[in-house]
Amino acid sequence: MMAFLKLLARNQLALAGLIVMGLVVLLAVLTPILPLADPDVTNTPARFTPPFSEGALLGTDHLGRDLLSRLMWGTRLSLAVGFAAAFIAATIGAAIGIISGYYGGRTDNIIMRFVDVLMAFPYILLALAIVAALGPGLMNALIAVAAVNIPFFARNIRGITVGIAHKEFVDAARLAGLSDAKIILTEILPNVLPVIVIAMSTTVGWMILETAGLSFLGLGSQPPQADLGSMLGEARSALITNPHTSLVPGVMILIIVMAINLLGDGVRDALDPRLKSGALSRPLPATLVARDRQPGETADGTALLQLSQLETQFHIGPRIYRAVGGVDLQIQPGECLGLIGESGSGKSVTALSIMGLVASPPGKITGGSVYYRGEELVGAPYELLRSLRGRKVAYIFQDPLASLHPLYTVGDQLIEAVRVHRNVPKAEARAHAIELLKSVRIPNAEDRVDNYPHEMSGGMRQRVGIAMALANDPDVIIADEPTTALDVTVQAQILTLLDDLRRDRGVVILFITHDFGVVAQLCDRVAVMYAGRIVEQGTTDEILASPAHPYTRRLMACVPELGGGRRRLEAIPGLPPVVDKLPAGCAFADRCDKVRAACREGNITLDEIGATRRVRCIAPEIEEVPA
Amino acid sequence: MTAALKLTKLKKDFPVGKSLFGPPRAVVHAVQPVTLEVAKGETLGIVGESGCGKSTLARMLVGLLPATKGTIEIEGAALDNADPAAFGKKIQYVFQDPISSLNPRKTIRQIMDAPLKHLHGMAAPERRKRIAEIFAAVNLREEFLDRYPHEFSGGQAQRIGIARALAAEARILILDEPVSALDVSVQAQVLNLLADLKAEFGLTYLFITHDLAVVEAVSDRIAVLYFGALVELGPAERIFSAPRHPYTKLLAESAPVVGRDLKAPEGRETELPDPLNPPPGCSFAARCPFASDQCRAEVPELIDQGDGVSVACFHPLEA
Repeated sequence: MMAFLKLLARNQLALAGLIVMGLVVLLAVLTPILPLADPDVTNTPARFTPPFSEGALLGTDHLGRDLLSRLMWGTRLSLAVGFAAAFIAATIGAAIGIISGYYGGRTDNIIMRFVDVLMAFPYILLALAIVAALGPGLMNALIAVAAVNIPFFARNIRGITVGIAHKEFVDAARLAGLSDAKIILTEILPNVLPVIVIAMSTTVGWMILETAGLSFLGLGSQPPQADLGSMLGEARSALITNPHTSLVPGVMILIIVMAINLLGDGVRDALDPRLKSGALSRPLPATLVARDRQPGETADGTALLQLSQLETQFHIGPRIYRAVGGVDLQIQPGECLGLIGESGSGKSVTALSIMGLVASPPGKITGGSVYYRGEELVGAPYELLRSLRGRKVAYIFQDPLASLHPLYTVGDQLIEAVRVHRNVPKAEARAHAIELLKSVRIPNAEDRVDNYPHEMSGGMRQRVGIAMALANDPDVIIADEPTTALDVTVQAQILTLLDDLRRDRGVVILFITHDFGVVAQLCDRVAVMYAGRIVEQGTTDEILASPAHPYTRRLMACVPELGGGRRRLEAIPGLPPVVDKLPAGCAFADRCDKVRAACREGNITLDEIGATRRVRCIAPEIEEVPA
Repeated sequence: MTAALKLTKLKKDFPVGKSLFGPPRAVVHAVQPVTLEVAKGETLGIVGESGCGKSTLARMLVGLLPATKGTIEIEGAALDNADPAAFGKKIQYVFQDPISSLNPRKTIRQIMDAPLKHLHGMAAPERRKRIAEIFAAVNLREEFLDRYPHEFSGGQAQRIGIARALAAEARILILDEPVSALDVSVQAQVLNLLADLKAEFGLTYLFITHDLAVVEAVSDRIAVLYFGALVELGPAERIFSAPRHPYTKLLAESAPVVGRDLKAPEGRETELPDPLNPPPGCSFAARCPFASDQCRAEVPELIDQGDGVSVACFHPLEA
């Protein structure tokens, strides 16, 4: 609750709205005990007294009634009617929406068509019709305003319910023996309640306005009872001669509706979970760099891409997540390096840090260097990064559906990728796009180029992703789990394609995965990551044949391998550490069966144990790799 | 002995482009008629690629989807979910996504209470005792009970999902990709837990996955689905080492295996057939190197080859 208020207070306008609204509500509640004149006593001789006169702070109206008193009582009534209408509309509308969304099918169809018909009428016309049928009076105005707003809630809540009704926890509840009514009340309702509250907070102002509108037309509160709308209506005839009579209720309506709307917007934003993680703030075009120490070793002449002591952190509130904690990697021309690790091990953040693509805030590169052909990329000007991104270093992501724009054809997106870096005519770029699609072996490339992403299968989309990466003949392709979302038969096709590209074009590939089988088939060398650091590095054959780090050995052992038959797997107990609370010493110590006291002390270094092997362990499985 | 699960010509169609009145514009045959038996205490693996109908099949078995045609018998009695309380005690389901199968606004205790309260009508002190027993069985600490689902890692959440299925005391569990959302080190923990629970409580599993190595490691028999149809059924130790259906062979050869050279086992352009416009004969014919005119005209039946393996193919491979 405190966190919610804090978030709300971040939006200053919402805070102002909250304060104003609080004052108005407080005054409305206190009205009966305040020393006010009777709002309904007429005193015709003292009609139209101007404001700030003796005995009538805001003056009097056309019957000489005290405007301040009428304003207070009127505000009280208007607020009550507005809130009541909002509550009724929300309850009935939400009930209709939940039933419609939960049952779906024909029930949904019939209810929603009926709601559509209601929505087709202009608001005020419908309200007028209802009041005309029921007769004038505040209660009937309240019913009319509530009825008119039911469709709004019904539609909104139905949309949310449809999404929730197909969640797995609803199926689980059904299998736990809950009836439909119970599922609606105990599973669905708690999840839509925040949406109902948000919808209410944004519509209360509107309802107050509508009630005032009906009263203004003489259909709401009946004389002598005052509400804000009827006060305005009665003052209408004296608008020119005595403007203060209309100004007083007018200003009050303005204040209330403004305050409620500002507050409603603030509530909506504060309840949006994305706001808490800072996702609504736009990330910078390149990751922030805050290196507190000078970059480590300088570029090695031969490596095409070199990472040296790279450190990337996420600063979220008081917590610091050390996602990448000093990674060294070299990739030679023509090489394919596999980066293997479980989720949260920092492999994707390492890959994104290379081109400064980690979202900032909250991401920050806090140390180390990245060299591309000897040129430092960490802290490089944005223009340099931009010119390299996609042209020299290209990415392929896990989910091609998420990385392709759904509203443009794949051809348009390929053409854009080409023309960003090369100034060629559109027709030429299109021809090149078709060439690219052919090079990733998409059948009927000439027709497929005009397809939208949703018209393609997962495998075809990933081919487009690869074609996009190839658009400018890059030197380096960083493939972040490119086949994890694909079926095995499609995975085999994509891996062969990547392998061919590397042999035909000499592209360097940094291949990120959690699958040893894939690494074995595609990569020359492998680096194993755990909790943000590389724990072992070497050629693929060496590591697969004789893993040196206990983590590598046990990770390989717990992956079932095809052809192994029915068996018990060697699980690793426990979970990987969270990278904001890394233990001293080896991060794997808690799960390791060879742990000793020294494992939990000091920094364990990545030591060479052979020409190409490195391991970060004080008691590696093998001491030395035979030369 | 009656089978734990018996499916007879089970079929599911999904209408596409349904209007308020009148017939749908087209029909997708998500599951072609499937006939299958699962013995008591058996683990039957169902493997197939995305879109092959394996989840649709599973959801029909637990009554979450009505079948278009065919029958399901659970422990000798026809599937009847008219009384959710009686039905839930027979068969339970473990979901793929452990987090989204737990209601984010309920504590773990409330989630665990639901099957005990609604299926078994237990009172609060009894429930507390039973939950403690179940949590001990799945290696979860009792202090987790008052937390909310988002506080758990995938592996822990999946254990909670399994614990909930156990609470129903059903003897048959449908496991729909129970480990595919988990990291490999946690995956092994959950698979071992499932094996232990099976031995301890004498459960029957229907294990659905796309991961050939996982399904081979846990199953007694494996059924291979392609495009909604059962194409091969046989003992787990034989099915991928000696495939009889060309599709099973393709699957086995596509799986990345350490020490095997990378080669695409088939043409690089092949795609699944269009579900709205399926080919007339065998749905695999277009990808199959052995396809004949017969394959393109007739749908092959699943035929027992006499050695415990059944194949739906006119030209089965030699074992």
